[in-house]
Amino acid sequence: MRTARSPLRRLATLLTVLLVVSMAAFLLLELIPGDPLATLLPEGATPEVRAQVEAAYGLDQPLWRRYLEWLGGALQGDLGRSLQSQVPVTDAIFERLPVTVELAGLSLILALLVAIPVGVYSGYRPGGLLDRIATFVCSVTLSIPNFLLGVLLVFVFAVNLRMLPVTGWTPISRSLGGHIQSIILPVITLGAVEAVAFIRLLRNDMVATLQQDYVLSARARGLATARILFGHALRPSSFSLVTVLGVTLGRLIGGTVIVETLFSLPGLGSLVINAISNRDYLMVQGIVLVVAVAYVLINTLVDLSYPLLDPRVRAS
Amino acid sequence: MSQMQTDPPAERLVEEAVVAPVGVESEPTPTVRRKRRRRDVGALLGAIWLGLIVLAAIFAAILPLPAPDAIGDRFSLAPFESAAHLLGTDQLGRDQLSRAVYGARVSLSVAIGATLLGLVVGTVGGMLAGYYRKAADTAFEIVTNVLLAFPPLIFLIALVAALRPSITTLAAGLALVAVPTFARIARANTIAFADREFVTAARAMGATDLRILGREVLPNVMLPVMSFALVVAAALVVAEGSLSFLGLGVPPPAPSWGGMIASGREELYDHAHLVLVPGLFFFLTVFSLNRVGDWARGRVGRESSL
Repeated sequence: MRTARSPLRRLATLLTVLLVVSMAAFLLLELIPGDPLATLLPEGATPEVRAQVEAAYGLDQPLWRRYLEWLGGALQGDLGRSLQSQVPVTDAIFERLPVTVELAGLSLILALLVAIPVGVYSGYRPGGLLDRIATFVCSVTLSIPNFLLGVLLVFVFAVNLRMLPVTGWTPISRSLGGHIQSIILPVITLGAVEAVAFIRLLRNDMVATLQQDYVLSARARGLATARILFGHALRPSSFSLVTVLGVTLGRLIGGTVIVETLFSLPGLGSLVINAISNRDYLMVQGIVLVVAVAYVLINTLVDLSYPLLDPRVRAS
Repeated sequence: MSQMQTDPPAERLVEEAVVAPVGVESEPTPTVRRKRRRRDVGALLGAIWLGLIVLAAIFAAILPLPAPDAIGDRFSLAPFESAAHLLGTDQLGRDQLSRAVYGARVSLSVAIGATLLGLVVGTVGGMLAGYYRKAADTAFEIVTNVLLAFPPLIFLIALVAALRPSITTLAAGLALVAVPTFARIARANTIAFADREFVTAARAMGATDLRILGREVLPNVMLPVMSFALVVAAALVVAEGSLSFLGLGVPPPAPSWGGMIASGREELYDHAHLVLVPGLFFFLTVFSLNRVGDWARGRVGRESSL
């Protein structure tokens, strides 16, 4: 799939995908069963009142027209107002976004901090003690879904050892220590699976890289092992990590929904879950659209950056 | 598909999934004896657990278990304290073993149904795109890209928010999530086989496209596609559990592992077994699917390298 294509064709595909995504996000939530106005109308509202409210939200317009208006607004950063709280959807999203981004970003960093040393060393001594332990821990961790891992971590560290708060969120502006305490379990919950996935990839690529002639020549020149591993072998072994970044990101975004619900964190994930239970469909639509568009754009950037990082791709 | 819990990068999967055609002998190597395969104990144990849990789920109704929604008078009973409730009871006094077994029914039928559906749709789509290329390939690219444009869990959440969650809608939603994985593998393998001599020979003998696809290409594409089925099923079990955990799965009182974990969480301190029992079932099932799936993938990969 990653063949050289003209930038124009790439752009056309990207725009088509974004357009279809926006339609999907719009239509999907049109199908919501139940009356979206039920929460807004007073009980026993007369048909006249109802018609007024419908007109106020544009619900009396035909579908295609509402889609175009919604899309036009979306392009200008206006996703409508929440049916529940009357807050503009865009504002609500931007208020919640930092928590989710911080959570996903820290999890990614944690995963890399764990995976690079473990993956490099396991690849350096395949079959060794660390490799065998890592392989076992990885296969176990891969099979623990993040919500179960989160509950187990809470059980051990918050409930039994009482080291950390069970749930809740302390903003960084209030207390740095409290902030770290409130985010540490969520970050571990979210990052564990990614760390494991990275270790597997890095280890296998490392094993392959270390059989290359230039590694042999570096060893013959008497370079220190650490220098060979981290200076010579790590970079060419890490390209697979870049290719899976899109997958990782998708999993992280899904994971934040779980983790935010589990730990009651005020991020995008808990916002969307609340919106669903409140039948706040404009809100759900807006969040789904923003998340999908961001996800597509970041994946495209990752694809584009790939040849910049790996000269071999440019040549072919 | 790229996005699920256990997914290795889609592109590599596709590469490694292109195998030698069925019935094509590799170079004979008479002097070198084939290395003995190491027995994969983990995969064997995994297969045993999967067999047990599938049988239990199928025959749940005739097993000597209390009904999963029968409310008893002993609440949050710990496991192994009563012969009547071997794995204890939950907050409402319902038998945990029974709920776990009936929960397996929901989780497994959703995951297996979705895997089969995704496999069929993905294989057909991928083969058409890989065989006809051009317009079919462009359409394929757009459809898979749109499906992959949503982070999988977000896609599922939006879907079950729109359609009422039931076994059917969940299976259909999860199948959509699984389609791109199968489709990519099928497409890559179809492209690899479409130019082989036996396909050219079949075409020269006047075989129709349908016959070529069905009789020549499909048998070769099926093997790598199916070798991924268990790993995909593992990811779908996790996805179904995540939805149930969020309260968006098959609605209560139907038991589900994710739902049991979510409700047991509230009494974690006093009654950890409320989480640990369904958690153990969950873990063992996903672990087994992954182990047996890795084994199957390794077998298919190795066949080609022998």
